[in-house]
Amino acid sequence: MTSTTFSGPARLLHWIMAVLIIAMLFIGVAMVATVGTSHNWLVPLHKSVGATLLVLVLARLAVRAIHRPPPLPAEMPGPQKAIAHLSHLVLYALMIALPLVGWSMLSAGGYPITVFGALHLPPLLSPDRALYATLRHLHTYLAYTLFLTVIAHLSAALMHGLLFKDGVFQSMAAWRTRR
Amino acid sequence: MPASYTIKDILRRGGLLPLLAIGAVAGGATAAFAFAGGWLTPGHLHPAQIVNALEGHDGRHEGFRRAHAKGLCVVGHFDGNGQGLALSKASLFRHATTPVIGRFSLAGGVPNAGDGRVTFHSLALKFDLPGGEQWRMALNHVPVFPVATPQAFLDFQLATTPDPATGKPAPAKVQAYMARHPETKAFVDYMAKAPLPDSFANASYNSVNAFRFTNDQGQSRLVRWIFTPEAPFGELDKTTLASLPRDFLFDEVAGRLAQGPLVWHLSIILPNAGDPTDDATKAWPDDRQRVEVGTLTIDRAVTEDEGPCRDVNFDPTILPAGVAPSDDPLLAARSSVYAVGYTRRTGEPAAPSALANDKAFPAPVSGQSAAKEPAQ
Repeated sequence: MTSTTFSGPARLLHWIMAVLIIAMLFIGVAMVATVGTSHNWLVPLHKSVGATLLVLVLARLAVRAIHRPPPLPAEMPGPQKAIAHLSHLVLYALMIALPLVGWSMLSAGGYPITVFGALHLPPLLSPDRALYATLRHLHTYLAYTLFLTVIAHLSAALMHGLLFKDGVFQSMAAWRTRR
Repeated sequence: MPASYTIKDILRRGGLLPLLAIGAVAGGATAAFAFAGGWLTPGHLHPAQIVNALEGHDGRHEGFRRAHAKGLCVVGHFDGNGQGLALSKASLFRHATTPVIGRFSLAGGVPNAGDGRVTFHSLALKFDLPGGEQWRMALNHVPVFPVATPQAFLDFQLATTPDPATGKPAPAKVQAYMARHPETKAFVDYMAKAPLPDSFANASYNSVNAFRFTNDQGQSRLVRWIFTPEAPFGELDKTTLASLPRDFLFDEVAGRLAQGPLVWHLSIILPNAGDPTDDATKAWPDDRQRVEVGTLTIDRAVTEDEGPCRDVNFDPTILPAGVAPSDDPLLAARSSVYAVGYTRRTGEPAAPSALANDKAFPAPVSGQSAAKEPAQ
């Protein structure tokens, strides 16, 4: 019998990552816009949370491979289902791409890649001036895209919960796994 | 009641209010994001404004650093004597040798400016420590800075930007700025009076800002530091600066390095209670306790075109464990402003440096290509 909710590990990972991703987007956009002393702790925090999110998204892919997500309601119109699937694909692509682009960008700039104060990640590629600039801009554009996708995702989730009332919101928001 | 997905059904069931609430959540989150990114507060100082001001002051020279545009790469090593470990657990201070790359430079944003100017003689360094750690420094021959805050730096740049009509800063603007900033006035007076080193080799190089050191016992303190040269000091005659060859300082140090390495002693300076640690315009008295922690040896110079320093952002907040930024407002601003400048110049094609065809720097032969190894 298929479950009507996401598995416990999937829900736990979703909500941890939701908090971290939103925090990450705000940290990122704030740290590059300030000349204040908050820059001193925002940048290391951004790198540490980014590395954490990369590990979490890999764990989430594994959980998703083991526990298939519940199907969308049968009565949901086809185009809406297609949009839902596409938006989830975009979210996963960005969750994987953003930390990897960030890591690659720091590598191309010849920067040390320091996380949690003491851990130094190896560079993903050799220092390359032009590649640094390209990846640096790409990191920003992907982050804006992720922000807009997260807002769309949040709005759609609230519409399922408040307007459609079709169980889709509960499939991720439920405390307990339901059959 | 079955789920419904049509607008008509949703509105019939009283869905207008929830729909507006959802719109408010999405709009509010977007507004908060825009606020965090500084788009809603144009009055707040943004790092790009400072880079824009530098470009406005000295022109926009594609591919070059927006400040300290003229420079020369150096390669060397640092030998720690172990004494620094009492102050900071940084691995640089172990009784060990650490590879260093660096860059001699002069202040200003004009890449082929003449060397005969009353300005900062600077040394930037990147220490490659074990385990992927780095320590980057951006040092000046003067222990103090003309401004204490990023806002003052911006105002100083704007006030001294040459007027396109005259090619010189407008005296009224400069005077108005100096009236509001006695610390800058004091700095300018000091620079006019203080002897200017006649070589990169015999200048001292100062941390300018204070930093926080923490040792293995968890004891923490704020410090500054100074690299003191072994080469005896010589003074430039400020009255003849304009008549000196364009690249005389860089050529001179290349000549010295062709004869042998250059050595500096690194001393950590400990403040007395009350010495300012968040104001780079204020010098600490000369009698403050100094702890010598090792020697910097520069073995050779390589042009930026051939060397390992051109594409390095010498951000002084890239620090190893045991060293952290102080609350000096300049320090965080240096990091965020350098990052903007670095993204701009790396996005532009690299242009030949002023020293690219200088005969003082022979083209490297194939066996010496180690200097071209990429910056780590």
